Amino acid sequence: MKTETNTAEHRPSSIIYRPSFFKATMAIVQKDLAAELRSRELLSAMLVFSMLVILIFNFALELDVKVRQSVTAGVLWTTFAFAGTLGLNRSMAVEKDRGCMDGLLLAPVDRSAIFFGKAISNLAFMLIVEAIVLPLYALLYNETRIFQPSFLGVILLGSIGYIAVGTLLSAMSVQTRTRDVLLPILLFPVAVPVLLASVKASGGLLNGATFAEILAPLNLLIVYDVIFIAVAFMVFDFVVEE
Amino acid sequence: MIETKKLVKRFGLKTILRGVDFSVEPGEFVALLGPNGAGKTTFLRILASLSRPSLGSVKVAGYSLPNESAQVRAKLGVVSHMPLLYPDLTAEENLQFYARMYGLMDYQLRITKVLEMVGLEHRRKDLIRTFSRGMQQRLAIGRAVIHDPEVMLFDEPYTGLDQDASEMLDGVLRSVAAEGRTVVMTSHDLARAEDLATRFDILSRGVIAASAKRTDFKNTNLLDFYKKALTD
Repeated sequence: MKTETNTAEHRPSSIIYRPSFFKATMAIVQKDLAAELRSRELLSAMLVFSMLVILIFNFALELDVKVRQSVTAGVLWTTFAFAGTLGLNRSMAVEKDRGCMDGLLLAPVDRSAIFFGKAISNLAFMLIVEAIVLPLYALLYNETRIFQPSFLGVILLGSIGYIAVGTLLSAMSVQTRTRDVLLPILLFPVAVPVLLASVKASGGLLNGATFAEILAPLNLLIVYDVIFIAVAFMVFDFVVEE
Repeated sequence: MIETKKLVKRFGLKTILRGVDFSVEPGEFVALLGPNGAGKTTFLRILASLSRPSLGSVKVAGYSLPNESAQVRAKLGVVSHMPLLYPDLTAEENLQFYARMYGLMDYQLRITKVLEMVGLEHRRKDLIRTFSRGMQQRLAIGRAVIHDPEVMLFDEPYTGLDQDASEMLDGVLRSVAAEGRTVVMTSHDLARAEDLATRFDILSRGVIAASAKRTDFKNTNLLDFYKKALTD
């Protein structure tokens, strides 16, 4: 059977559909959350890894209460950083492996909306893991001070910075064959300021430091978050384009 | 509807496209044929705004690339050999997601229409990971037409499909073309291309080596034309 396309029947669609930046961002977030709710691949990997790290540190560290209290911030941020890397890799690999990244790039939307959508869902996954890991840590290490609002605020600020730079770098590394290895190699040096500031600020809070004493790392965290979100907004288009 | 002039694409020192002049009229169905490595996929990716041209001009649906890429993408539907679908979402959820990404307002009716067109209405609530390759490819076409685009680009849509699935895809492709869309399809399946397309362009060594309309084939066929174009 031959196909006869008829130019006379051609009906140019005069409407140009353009989603708003916010709607496209939220569509990606909802899609990621719905897919993860069903598969639980990413969250289960991050959670199992985090729990293993917490348990290993629990057995490896001295039983001395003072030692345990002094390492709380370091142990927690080590756990979050490595678990976060697992999540970042997986989150972008899902888009790349079945060509879905092309599907996102084909949408008539500012490409930075893709960055924000992926970053918000990555942040949500990281916060879910943190919400489960913190009570577990409190139980194993008998450390209840980690639930003070200022400490949770520092965790949130640190996670935002880490995810912002991580999402940008994972969009770059996912295009290579060695993405699993490349992401931590790229990410950890760039994330050093946010990790150091997070450990300093959260350690200070646990040791009863005043607000003035932790102001410097807090400022660094806020500035880092703002800079890397702005940088990602500006360069994401170039990162994902051939 | 599509026009490229002296289009060049380089990856580092390697030149893939060497000044491609190509144009497609509204409503035409063009089969872009050529051997592996000729640059067909690269060419289609440039038309789809997924890759930037190194030199030359590209216009799709009246808009220039890469400067007006968002406008082009709004008028464009792309199907490749990968389905671009999320395996952990249902058929309906996948289409809802893409409808939202294309800014469609009341998309539920459109989704039903598209699912009926690709013959997957009865599987709308099923996860994509339970779909066969052929069903995924049909839904991929549904995804690509969800926003009712004027121009469709198909990159090797038959890859990995068995005979039955290919025949079903033929039907879907015909209905997509019959709605008056402009279609460019790359394929190695000459028989299917001959059956579907109204014009045949041969891309070889980074340039359009030959072009013919179906009506030009009187004492010859596409296979002879293809062989001749590659040997010349």
